[in-house]
Amino acid sequence: MQTLIPSFDAHLVLVEPWTTALPTYGWMVLMAFLVTATCGLIGNYLILRRMALVGDAISHSVLPGLAIAFLITGGLSLPAMLAGALGAGLLTTSMIEFIHSKSRIKADAAIGITFCTLFALGVVLINVFASRVHLDADCVLYGELSYLHKPADAIAPRPVLIMGGVGLTVAALIAFFYKELLVSSFDTMLAASLGFRPKIIHLCLMAMLSIVIVAAFESVGAILVIAMLILPGATAQLITNRLAPCLWLSVLHAALSAVLGLHLAVWLDCSMAGAVVVAAAFLFTLAWIFAPGGILAGRRGATADPLLDSPLSS
Amino acid sequence: MERRRIVGHQSIFILLLLLLLPSSLHAARIGDLTDTDILEQALRFFSFRDEALRTALLGCILLGLNCGLLGSFVVVRRMSLVGDTLSHAVLPGIALGFLWNMSKDPVVILIGATAAGALAMLTVNAITRTTRLKDDAAMGLVLSSFYAIGICLVTMIQRLPTGQKSGIDKFLFGQAAALTPSEVWVMAGTSLVSLTFLALCYRGLLVLSFHREFGESLGLRMAWMHHALMLLTAFAVVTAMQAVGVVLVSAMLIIPASTAYLLTDRMHRLVIIAAVIGMLSAVLGAFFSFLGNNFPTGPFMVLAGAALFSIAFLFSPRHGWLTRMWRHYSRRRRTERENTLKAMYHVLEDRDFHGEGVSLVDLAQRRRETIEEVTHRAAALKNAHLATLTDDGTILHFTPQGLQKAKAIVRNHRLWELYLTNVMLYESDHVHEDAEKIEHVIGEDQVRQLERRLDFPETDPHGKEIPKISSVSHRS
Repeated sequence: MQTLIPSFDAHLVLVEPWTTALPTYGWMVLMAFLVTATCGLIGNYLILRRMALVGDAISHSVLPGLAIAFLITGGLSLPAMLAGALGAGLLTTSMIEFIHSKSRIKADAAIGITFCTLFALGVVLINVFASRVHLDADCVLYGELSYLHKPADAIAPRPVLIMGGVGLTVAALIAFFYKELLVSSFDTMLAASLGFRPKIIHLCLMAMLSIVIVAAFESVGAILVIAMLILPGATAQLITNRLAPCLWLSVLHAALSAVLGLHLAVWLDCSMAGAVVVAAAFLFTLAWIFAPGGILAGRRGATADPLLDSPLSS
Repeated sequence: MERRRIVGHQSIFILLLLLLLPSSLHAARIGDLTDTDILEQALRFFSFRDEALRTALLGCILLGLNCGLLGSFVVVRRMSLVGDTLSHAVLPGIALGFLWNMSKDPVVILIGATAAGALAMLTVNAITRTTRLKDDAAMGLVLSSFYAIGICLVTMIQRLPTGQKSGIDKFLFGQAAALTPSEVWVMAGTSLVSLTFLALCYRGLLVLSFHREFGESLGLRMAWMHHALMLLTAFAVVTAMQAVGVVLVSAMLIIPASTAYLLTDRMHRLVIIAAVIGMLSAVLGAFFSFLGNNFPTGPFMVLAGAALFSIAFLFSPRHGWLTRMWRHYSRRRRTERENTLKAMYHVLEDRDFHGEGVSLVDLAQRRRETIEEVTHRAAALKNAHLATLTDDGTILHFTPQGLQKAKAIVRNHRLWELYLTNVMLYESDHVHEDAEKIEHVIGEDQVRQLERRLDFPETDPHGKEIPKISSVSHRS
């Protein structure tokens, strides 16, 4: 036990990451924040549309897309990465739809079959072409937040730049199409009657999701990205009923869990991505207990859905 | 059909028994065997000759059996994603079980993992009950949070001096070759427990899966049964984990059972077929990963299962996609043929059966189609040996079967019209459309009944004669 959990050295754990070790840890915590915030923003909509497990599915099936992009282009350039992710995301949704509609298999089993098969395919590709695909199994499973080297001539390490770009794009798109997304998430009929084309919005959301997942993939891995997608939104939705505060709260949640996760990872000397998710889950538990929609505030959630009581507006 | 399927099962079991017979030969480790050719390796793999392989293979068979059995209930109850949640959420339990005495003691790991899985399912329940989050969000949240805790623990264990050679990382993607005899014993034990449970409570489980409220109204302990089933599923997931890996073990629950779901409509057959397919995909997966020099086994098992699934998806006798398309297509072709025959008969009838040939021009006029289309239809009839075409390709003649069939169709049509007007009291100008559809599907027995019911009529409501047929033996 002594060796498993190192003794708590306040200076090493709390002060050093912000002073002497800032050049390494600073980028890590920034990256963790960017990943969690971007995923959290789009995750809010996933939760509202009850598509949390589609996020799960796409996060797994991005792997073969990346592996194939690697094999074809021989490197991981940005366009190849995005193309691989978009292809994989599109393939996943259409495969689920195909299996579900062309046979008696139910939707849940169709999701399970699709993403497990694609993920297995990805792992096999990586193993068979190990010499040519520079993605290793560990990275797939728990991501790699630690090796962020800033090239001398760049402002920031490449993954941080990419993630920042994706994050800004997502935020801008949400700000720009706020009304469309809001209406189509809550009332597809109304959205259709207003001329918003729910199907197109759905497809765009899926495409955006694939891009976010692939950008987050290398740093948090296939499975932890689900946590990043769901936890901030779930926490925020326990605290407020309104969508705009929800989005802000999930960004705040992302910032808090990135910082807490950093300290946890430094203390326990464990996987940074895992620690960020543990911190995020801790914040969720706090919200679950103390928030207005939580346990202590009575069983309001069990009897009536507060969303129905107060119509969402911004 | 059914008979053949049962024989198929028997032969698989006999094959497996035969494989168990050969004597053991102690051999080198699996990794050393890569320089031989595929056939030799296959022989080596399937002949149970060396110790390590035999353990791995036996483990795979047991895990396929267990996952198939329990997976069928998971799939028919639409709880596929519960398996996914369970399989990811047990990771911290495995890590803690490993920490207990820094070794892979299968019993301790089983206990730790089951506890973690149970805790995860309880948390999902608590979240959905006390908050407004829906169960999909709750499951995703719990599975990834538990998994994150597990990842932290695993990376901490790997940092320990003894942790490096521990092989806990094998739990992530699975390695059948790393199975130890004691783990296989645990697997055998859990398989036995689930087999006994399924055999004893089969009827109760059926009620639970298809009509839970009914079971509750009978006073059956549905909640207990549900929890027992979940516990056994957790056992299956945890014991399979060493060979399949945390990430993909839920696939071994879902894929074989879904394949079986496409092949049969009866639950007991579904359970058996799922178990057989589970074993088959586990063994195939282990074999292919063995060919590829110690690749992780899990992904190969899942791909083998997925291959079997896609075969069933395309070619399953009743529910296959291609078989259904083919059935649809051949039915449409038959209907088209029968309509052409009917039109030929009408042409002959219009000229009071003078002469036997029907020219394509007359047929085209009758069917209001172009000559090209009618030529196409005539060729279809000729290919089905229902009519012959003269050498210049302009006149059609019925063959004996063709005439028989044409008469049968016209008779079906007119009998049905008569039935609708006389018995069901339809207006006589409303019955044609309905008869157009029913004439192709009505069976001989129903025709006989109609005739008896209508007292062997001579003419239909429009005054046309209902053709008589001495015996109708050909219906293709």
